[in-house]
Amino acid sequence: MGIGVTIGALSPATDKSPEAAALAAAAAEARRAAWRRTIESVAIPLGAIFAALIVFGIFVALTGRNALAVYHEMYRGSFGTWFSFQNTLQRAAPIMLTALATAVPLRLGLVVLGGEGAMVLGGLAAAAIGVHLHSPFAVKLAMFVTGALVGGLWVAGAGALRAYRGVNETISTLLLNYIAIALLNHMVEGPLRDPASLNKPSTLPIGDDNMLGNLPGLDVHWGLGFGLIACLVAWFLMQRTTFGFAARMVGGNVRAALLNGLPVRRLIVVATFLGGLGAGLAGAVEVAAIHGNANASLVTGYGYTGVLVAFIARANPFGVIPVALLLGGIGASGGLLQRVFELPDATVNVLQGVIFIAILFSESLYGRRWRRPALAVSA
Amino acid sequence: MSAAGGVALGMVGGAIRISTPFLFVSLGECLTEKSGRVNLGLEGTLVMGAMAAYGVAYLTGSPWLGVLAAGGCGVVLGALHAWLCARPRVNDVAVGIALMLFGVGLAFFLGKPLVGPTAPHLPSVSLGWWSGSGQVRSALQVNALFVLGLVTTVAVRFLLRRTRWGLIVRTVGESADTARAMGYDVARVRQLATMAGGFLAGVGGSFLSLFYPGSWNEGLSSGQGLMAVALVIFARWDPVRCLLASLLFGGASALGPALQSVGVTSGYYLFNAAPYALTLVIIVLTSSRDRALVGQPAELRVAR
Repeated sequence: MGIGVTIGALSPATDKSPEAAALAAAAAEARRAAWRRTIESVAIPLGAIFAALIVFGIFVALTGRNALAVYHEMYRGSFGTWFSFQNTLQRAAPIMLTALATAVPLRLGLVVLGGEGAMVLGGLAAAAIGVHLHSPFAVKLAMFVTGALVGGLWVAGAGALRAYRGVNETISTLLLNYIAIALLNHMVEGPLRDPASLNKPSTLPIGDDNMLGNLPGLDVHWGLGFGLIACLVAWFLMQRTTFGFAARMVGGNVRAALLNGLPVRRLIVVATFLGGLGAGLAGAVEVAAIHGNANASLVTGYGYTGVLVAFIARANPFGVIPVALLLGGIGASGGLLQRVFELPDATVNVLQGVIFIAILFSESLYGRRWRRPALAVSA
Repeated sequence: MSAAGGVALGMVGGAIRISTPFLFVSLGECLTEKSGRVNLGLEGTLVMGAMAAYGVAYLTGSPWLGVLAAGGCGVVLGALHAWLCARPRVNDVAVGIALMLFGVGLAFFLGKPLVGPTAPHLPSVSLGWWSGSGQVRSALQVNALFVLGLVTTVAVRFLLRRTRWGLIVRTVGESADTARAMGYDVARVRQLATMAGGFLAGVGGSFLSLFYPGSWNEGLSSGQGLMAVALVIFARWDPVRCLLASLLFGGASALGPALQSVGVTSGYYLFNAAPYALTLVIIVLTSSRDRALVGQPAELRVAR
């Protein structure tokens, strides 16, 4: 039937029946609509980013600098050379993971901002367990599992409060971020402090043997591999499993999901837990690959960059990968902009903010140009 | 003076000093939320306000012009927020986060040259003249903006409860359909409420840079703008309870430093988390999955 309609649509002159012609027209319309949606989902974000770059370019020009030269340096500092590209990849890795903390619950219609706190505590837990074990393999395994679990449970706590107590998850995760940072400071200044760390209180180092190495042939640590794998797994989970379908159904219409007997509360807790796993793993990776211990450097703001990435990717875990690369690149170019143009280090934050605003505005453009005018009587 | 008395006095002084930005930001958020719109971006407004106030006060020599400039920044950011939220299918929580990132980034960008120079401070009023103790007098050095905040609290409450405008704002917040049927422009009312809320939040920011801590730097705000949303839920959308909540928060924030000043240093960082933990506990205790919160505007989505 579907094939017949398709053929009919391709050669309307050979088919005289008016019903068949109408069906064919409808099928053609549906295919065109599907195409438009695909094109829209790529073209609108790209257009929004382009518009944001123009606005930011005008802003930079107003400060008396050549906008094109600034963009050229940004490109050089992020993707233009092998060295800078590896720096971009290194920064993108934790952002991919923290973005999942927002992206997965966003599918259920929950706005979770808890990636920062989950990352901080994941890193702290990883560093705390890392020093107590001796075989390098066991240390690494224990660090990543513990870090991810702590992050997962931290965000799942907010999910459970939402599901069983009606506490707004945006506000609770925001508060939990501050509490997590205070816990980190307390632990590295007190119970877990390495007495040898004088200027910058830290936990005991996990030791060189236990550090996470680089990906083969690259100067980029394994965190990138974790980030890519986590995003792909999350994508598969959300798009290709019944869990993902149920989660998206909750996001589409909670009432319908409840009427269909879906365990909405449990889905909320599981989704926040899964998202938190990513952010906790990001903290463990930062400790195991970069710092070697836990200290205040774990408070990077990657959690909030992850929120931005999740929204730009429209909560699609696969989309998180390119968007994290883009924002990692913008972050990586900050140092070069400071040196060459004497731009403040907040420049990249302004650009990120402008991109975020443009992307949100672009949400209102979907389906606008092509939507057929509704009939006046249809309401 | 006894250690406990010192801690208590430190907390009272701290409550008054630290609560002022909380007060203005929560009053602004309360006004906006009464119209059925949540503004999560007041942290950006607060930091922009702090920067603008410091810059203008430094350039003109008048701290009060700085306060006005801070309010002006808030109005502009509020207008941007309202305009974005009025677009179809735009998530207002996400807009708030975007404007927070944007506002903080822009303030740090534009405020780079202001790290260093000294701007004139806002004047303060001595309410401790009756006491012979220097500690009491310094604790009761109340800033003029705090007094202004008290007046604003009463004014916002009067506006919302006793005036025609307040009725319109509340109608829009309770039922947009009813307001539309009565011929009010819902988007317009929300826009004005968001702009007015932004003004108050900007003024709250000016306190940070022009009185306490009293200089411009990038670590100026400790999330007062983010806390506003939680504070307003805590205050059940009532301006007078916003004042009480702000004082409680100020006192909780002053707990760590006050204990430190009498020699209790262990757990300093945990005490720093006191206001956040306190809010979380109160929100958890007062929430229920079965009913909306008492006093909550029905159109408001964030507090669901």
